[in-house]
Amino acid sequence: MEDNLLTIHKLRTSFLIDGEFHRAVDGVSLTIHRNEVVAIVGESGCGKSALALSIMGLHPKERTRIEGSVEFQGQNLLQLSTAKLNQIRGKQLAMIFQDPMTALHPLLTVGRQIKEVMDVHLPLSTKEKKQRVLQLLEQVGIQTSAQVYQHYPHELSGGMRQRVLIAMALACDPVLLIADEPTTALDVTIQAQIMELMKELQQQSQAGILLITHDLGVVAEMADRVAVMYAGEIVELATVHELFHHPLHPYTRSLLHSLPSGQQQKLHVIDGMVPAIERLKRSGCRFAPRIPWISNELHEDDPVLREIAPGHYVRCTCHQHFYLPADRIGDETDAPFTAT
Amino acid sequence: MIAFIIKRTFLMIPQLLLLSVLIFFLAKQMPGDAVTGAFMGKPNVSAEQMEKIRQQHGLNDPWIVQYGRWIGDAIRGDFGQSFVHKQPVTQLLAGRIENTIWLSLATLIVTYLLAIPLGLIAGRWTGGFADQLIVTYNYVSFATPVFVFALLMLYVFGFVLDWFPSGGSVDIRMEEGSMEYMGDKLKHLVLPVLSGSLLLTYSTVQYLRNEIIETKVKDFVKTARAKGVPENVVYNRHILRHSMLPIAAFLGYEITGLIAGSVFIETIFSYPGLGRLFIDSIMARDFTVVTALVLISGAAVIVGTMLSDIILRIVDPRIRLG
Repeated sequence: MEDNLLTIHKLRTSFLIDGEFHRAVDGVSLTIHRNEVVAIVGESGCGKSALALSIMGLHPKERTRIEGSVEFQGQNLLQLSTAKLNQIRGKQLAMIFQDPMTALHPLLTVGRQIKEVMDVHLPLSTKEKKQRVLQLLEQVGIQTSAQVYQHYPHELSGGMRQRVLIAMALACDPVLLIADEPTTALDVTIQAQIMELMKELQQQSQAGILLITHDLGVVAEMADRVAVMYAGEIVELATVHELFHHPLHPYTRSLLHSLPSGQQQKLHVIDGMVPAIERLKRSGCRFAPRIPWISNELHEDDPVLREIAPGHYVRCTCHQHFYLPADRIGDETDAPFTAT
Repeated sequence: MIAFIIKRTFLMIPQLLLLSVLIFFLAKQMPGDAVTGAFMGKPNVSAEQMEKIRQQHGLNDPWIVQYGRWIGDAIRGDFGQSFVHKQPVTQLLAGRIENTIWLSLATLIVTYLLAIPLGLIAGRWTGGFADQLIVTYNYVSFATPVFVFALLMLYVFGFVLDWFPSGGSVDIRMEEGSMEYMGDKLKHLVLPVLSGSLLLTYSTVQYLRNEIIETKVKDFVKTARAKGVPENVVYNRHILRHSMLPIAAFLGYEITGLIAGSVFIETIFSYPGLGRLFIDSIMARDFTVVTALVLISGAAVIVGTMLSDIILRIVDPRIRLG
């Protein structure tokens, strides 16, 4: 397709732990189109950030093995040299990081750090660059741009720092933005502001966004399509509307059911946690151990991602028989699950 | 910033005064005094004569009275007469302070010129061949006593190969102020400076290496890479800048250590600096010189600490408060 910005094909990222490689991202395929926001959701440790850093080429080389391909504007990013990759990173492909408290250099002024992106990529004069930095700062909602330009990161609040990081990412008008949990480290009120800002900027710039988050509220608000990840794999992929109204995979349903809503008496809790990658069972349905009431025969031996409805993909057949224990009390029929 | 420096300078005054009391008191506690140092074992000076000299110079007064006399003069820049050298202490020190400052400064510069690239290489390519080599050198230099190494340097380069002069600070035949004079001074500095700095690099290299290893996994380094900043710039600007903080903080103390700790080097290369004078004066109980010298090295510590404070303030914006 002409419209594809980024095509990830069978991406597999393994880390060296105690002398052995373990797969943190295990065969992920995903495309992002122009002007589209694709969200990746999942618990901590399911490989979301590892996926983002793999695309950006930010994993330490000596301890990481990356297989598959990441096609971006006709080039496989995984095969580029660092020097070649540096011509793309920060320019067409930019990233916003999770923790604004640590993602800025503490000893360099904000202005200088934003300007640096242009030093690398844009043939502008020093004066023009400064002009553009000030403009960017205003664009991300910092009115006192001239002062903030000279400030050091420690003089700014968390929300301001995240704005600075967004300004930095936007410096060269990227066509694809990877946002790795951009609001996780912020206050709830600030979170809303930052998401609002990102949405606004996305509509202006028409850039594609890969939004990594574990906040389903953010997903509902921002995303066009959603990929649910569990233990390094995509378990369900659908448009945001489809996913929230007809979630299929047990993991997705459990996640949605864990959200507070008006009708529920008690919040659902998914038992256990995402297994550490050294101890992860690589065969069968990876979510099976956390839904023990679903018997083994209902899972596939080697689950694959299947297109159930147009654009709606689910892994494993276990979703056909899945129910939440709470729904079964006083209700013996295997009613299809519908989320509110 | 200027206000801070002024404040910090004023703070030094009580520190120095306290230091001077302590030094004077401790020096007085040394067994013997200037008179015993000068005339001990000379049969032609009787005990009565020695007592008379003591009386003359007020050495029998209580130490607090003597201190008052000494500090009053010292503030006016007069540290008294040296009993051994028979000349004013200030005059005796003047030329040597200059020599020691040259030696320390040169040692410091060479140390950093060596240590910073080494630390950067070792930290950037940890575990590689160069790193292993540097770490080995580090351990060896840390374990080598300076007097052994300096003697070896002196023997090899000053005696066997005869590349550099083996002692003194400048050739006596040189005309002061001429280009040759400066050149010869530098030539005399080579061996003492190398002996000192080749062994002094270890702490800086080790610090820098560890700091870089710690810094290179930080988030802001990832940010820099995500911006497309070339790898060399990532290291030389982002990582090095952050890793230099503890080294910058240490600079002041390093200077102090050099001024106070050049005893071995100066003695071995018979370099006329403070360190050698210090040893000689203690041996001869040249009381006035010893107190002046200890006061100077103590003052160097205080100034060094202040310098560290100021440097840290310049390089780290986070502590530029108040």
